[in-house]
Amino acid sequence: MSKIIVMTSGKGGVGKTTSSAAFATGLALRGFKTVVIDFDVGLRNLDLVMGCERRVVFDFINVINGEAKLNQALIKDKRIENLYILPTSQTRDKDALTREGVEKVLNELSKEFDYILCDSPAGIERGALMSLYFADHAIIVTNPEVSSVRDSDRILGVLNSRSRRAEQGLEPVTQQLLLTRYDPERVEKGEMLKVDDVLEILAIPLLGVIPESQAVLRASNVGMPVILDEVSNAGLAYSDAVGRFLGEDIEHRFVTPQKKGLFSRLLRRSA
Amino acid sequence: MSIFNFFRAAPRASAVQAKERLQIVMAHERAGRSGPDYLPMLQQELLAVIAKYVNIDENKVEVKLDRGGDCSTLEVNIELPAREQAKAAAATKAAEKPAGNDVGAVKRPAGGAVGNAGKKRI
Repeated sequence: MSKIIVMTSGKGGVGKTTSSAAFATGLALRGFKTVVIDFDVGLRNLDLVMGCERRVVFDFINVINGEAKLNQALIKDKRIENLYILPTSQTRDKDALTREGVEKVLNELSKEFDYILCDSPAGIERGALMSLYFADHAIIVTNPEVSSVRDSDRILGVLNSRSRRAEQGLEPVTQQLLLTRYDPERVEKGEMLKVDDVLEILAIPLLGVIPESQAVLRASNVGMPVILDEVSNAGLAYSDAVGRFLGEDIEHRFVTPQKKGLFSRLLRRSA
Repeated sequence: MSIFNFFRAAPRASAVQAKERLQIVMAHERAGRSGPDYLPMLQQELLAVIAKYVNIDENKVEVKLDRGGDCSTLEVNIELPAREQAKAAAATKAAEKPAGNDVGAVKRPAGGAVGNAGKKRI
């Protein structure tokens, strides 16, 4: 039986798609057969971040509507064994996501995959609701910033009341925090919320802290999940987070300012 | 940086303010999420009771919810028709103290809000 993960946040632009691409890749790298689904109907971007935008023929909505077979819509990643992408439609809107349709596709996927990762759109409307409804685990992507923290709290409330697990009175959806765009130097100056502040406010366990990193933009420019950039702090932090998700005990890195040596100061390059 | 800045007290870190503001706003949002949303109903019923005795114009009702740190104030201002001025009782107020606050938290003095009670416009 496969596990369904939703990558969600409420607020837009905090790094859901970046994190979905990285996380799905990380799970596949560890040998789990993984599919990542784009739920942002009409504003698809997971294909670009994963670098498979030119290989999209059929999509999630075509499969829901019975216009294509699931195998025709699934895109196999060219770099990583065990990794598949299910892109969404760029022309339809969120109404195309029916609960029955989504359930049918997820059921079919769960026969084949170990992990199904749902990349939620921003907001708390249909697309976001459908992406979290069937989830077993939720990863809450949050920036250390007031509006993102507030929206994360809101989405936690939605998970606790409107997910399938909540509606059917099952074991609740497990929730973990992924704090992204963290800048330890600004935290030290008192300009940014600390990891502990966010944890205290949201009161959910910490999955990982992804440092603000230029590697994220570089990776999306070329359509490569940032976790594959193994020399970047962000890539390493995602890799750690995947390990923790799988139950490994890994210490948090990149949460305090790095001491810069003369050499890196001269190079002026922060990975 | 001038030498004078060195002696000046450091301004309160903005991150500290961010945390405090979040804690306040989210305490209220969580309280509202778990409890029943009775405010619209309360407002309707209050209006119904007043309408039994006074002829009120529903467009001239002003509802204000003021969420403070320790105490929230629901203020309902109802404008009475000029002729019925004598009939007093123009505004109804309800103050609620949200659950989960520290015991002994300072409650806002009631006098501040009473100033608005009985407001009439002619």
